[in-house]
Amino acid sequence: MSGIDVSLGEVAAALALVAVAAAISRWWRAGLEDDILVAAVRSFVQLTAIGYAIELIFDVDTIWLVLALLAVMVLFGAFTARARARRVPGAFWPLLIALTVAGATTLGLVIALGIFEPTPRNLVPVGGMVIGNAMTAAAVALNRLGDEVADSRARIEATLALGATAGEAAAPIVRRALRSGTIALIDSTKTTGLIFFPGTMVGMLLAGAEPTDAVRLQLILLYALLGSVSIAALVATTLAYRNFFTPAQQLREAVE
Amino acid sequence: MAVVLFELHGVSFSRGGRRALDSIDAEIAPGATAVVGPSGSGKSTLLRLLNRLADPERGTISYRGRPLPGYDPLALRREVSLVPQLPALLGGTVESNLRYAAELAGVGLDPRRCLRLAGLGGDFAGREVAKLSVGEQQRTMLARALAQQPRVLLLDEPTSALDRTARDEVEATLTRLRGELEISLVVVSHDPDQARRLAERALRLEGGRVVACGPLEQALA
Repeated sequence: MSGIDVSLGEVAAALALVAVAAAISRWWRAGLEDDILVAAVRSFVQLTAIGYAIELIFDVDTIWLVLALLAVMVLFGAFTARARARRVPGAFWPLLIALTVAGATTLGLVIALGIFEPTPRNLVPVGGMVIGNAMTAAAVALNRLGDEVADSRARIEATLALGATAGEAAAPIVRRALRSGTIALIDSTKTTGLIFFPGTMVGMLLAGAEPTDAVRLQLILLYALLGSVSIAALVATTLAYRNFFTPAQQLREAVE
Repeated sequence: MAVVLFELHGVSFSRGGRRALDSIDAEIAPGATAVVGPSGSGKSTLLRLLNRLADPERGTISYRGRPLPGYDPLALRREVSLVPQLPALLGGTVESNLRYAAELAGVGLDPRRCLRLAGLGGDFAGREVAKLSVGEQQRTMLARALAQQPRVLLLDEPTSALDRTARDEVEATLTRLRGELEISLVVVSHDPDQARRLAERALRLEGGRVVACGPLEQALA
């Protein structure tokens, strides 16, 4: 592999590491082999498809196709994140709104601040990264929210019994869910450059860019991602916690 | 004083696919009423409905002559305060829990008085709730409910986590409360002897149905 020409043979060779992951899972009876296989196949099919789609979007060079692609990403992101938030009733709409708000706000700001030109070549990769990270943050936050509500039912009901609103009774767990949705990116941002190199920077270096340019673009993206994951986790948790309660400020029966 | 505190007509409620209360008709008068019956007879469920932590699937519950849905649920819960069986305090100190409850009810707080009424010393105010014994937490739950100056206390097995000495203290506290405050008690207990010590009326449940309701000895017979 040299420069930015990557052959399918080189991609196939990288599957050796997937085989290592599957072997470790099998050795420890972690039961993740099927998931690893599905992840490898899905990533190949999805990235190949999106590669052709992006090529088409770049060729056509219209903002509407970019928006359509981002809308599809948001929709699939909400569906995917919902699977991680099974204990949260009606999680789809909070997730869809959270990803839409996070994507629109972050992309809107980086364009308004003049960081990126609103061209398909900028919006597609940045939008994909923003929505992907927002999805992970929202999914983790709602997963934690569901677990926290299940574990804290007695405390929530005891607080409601004092005449607290649902928002007041849920405030401590919403806070913890919000933290868990954003803490991973905050920690990785703290250690970036020290114990790991983020993807954009690695990609640019491999493609032959100057290290300073790679670093600056990576910093812009990291800062944008910090904003977008915070927005996604905040919107998802503040909308989703309400679904645990009735209009009469009662905690609904557990969803399993 | 209203002749009837709570009035239940045809109240049914299911939880987890199981019928917990089945067409309950009952009247709970002001004063002290014990709700007795074996485990799983629907006693705790009944208290949750009276506090409107849940609504019945069928039937109506009235408080002081007015159906519960006619009240603002938050205002109702501050007036009809539920102390659950298992302590579930917020993190922080005993006093921060009491203050939280008083602020929700919009009333001033005298933490030492609330603690004394619940049978705890004033020095408990600054204690971390995480370091209290279960019995102390249970009494802190009672003090927290009293901080709201409720008119009715719904107590779910208030001495279940206590040894005999602590149980006697809480029972004495509850008896004293009725003397010092104009407050009605609805006390869930699986122990008929405790019902005799604390209440003058009883509601006896079995399998989610009312088997007796009225003056204590008549209901417990």
